[in-house]
Amino acid sequence: MSTNLLFDFTVDKSIKTVFITREFAAEQSLVWDAFTKAELLDQWVAPKPWSSKTKHMNFEVGGRRFYAMVSPEGMERWAIQEYTSITPITNFKMHNAFADKDENPELPGSEWDYTFSEQNGITKVNIIITNESLERMERMIEMGFIEGFKMTINNLDNLLTTLSEKP
Amino acid sequence: MRRDIFQAIADPTRRAIIALIAVQAMTPNALAAHFEGSSRQAVSKHLQILAECELVKQTQQGREIYYQLEIDKMKEVDQWLEQFRKIWETRFSQLDTLLQTIQNQKK
Repeated sequence: MSTNLLFDFTVDKSIKTVFITREFAAEQSLVWDAFTKAELLDQWVAPKPWSSKTKHMNFEVGGRRFYAMVSPEGMERWAIQEYTSITPITNFKMHNAFADKDENPELPGSEWDYTFSEQNGITKVNIIITNESLERMERMIEMGFIEGFKMTINNLDNLLTTLSEKP
Repeated sequence: MRRDIFQAIADPTRRAIIALIAVQAMTPNALAAHFEGSSRQAVSKHLQILAECELVKQTQQGREIYYQLEIDKMKEVDQWLEQFRKIWETRFSQLDTLLQTIQNQKK
């Protein structure tokens, strides 16, 4: 893995918005798939040791993904993503809300806007997250990812080293 | 009642108050002079909310009460943002690994 891939993360609290930009060493269609296909999403969106479980996903305008972040102890935090706009393979927008296990949303939620572009085999993803309240922004953290961060990063370093040693 | 710190800084007037008292301790009257359309009472209410989440502290100087910023508390807010950033770092590193795995399989 190239270590000089761009990662930019800024938060503008005054407009309750988070701006994230990240480059990936892969072609745009593959990165698009990784963000829009449940079987791929579930493999990366939950910071280990948490895992992601998609109950159902229908990636079309008006469709939704109902999924949970699952803690190592088996605690499930459910959320619903509703797709409001899809332009393959350059942009999609969705509304995200926490939910209970019976798929009842807890409002307010947040608006997510993803933009994809590719240059010289590097795909750049821009994510804009607009929260309906700052309190909710704080809750995004409470999805429970704080535990095990250092462990995760160590595991990951090992994994990346292993991968990069392969021919 | 313990107030939510992010709720406290969500208000534009309160953020302006924080910006002003970050530079120097100020009295409610001096602060109110900066906000046209905000009464002294309104400014006091904002200060009370900021004090409830320990973002400001009061010091008595003679007959005047001065408000100043609790820098450590503001740092907590930054640390929260740092944690949030780390989540994304972790997530994206996992995606890097996944993308590499898929690309290797295609070869």
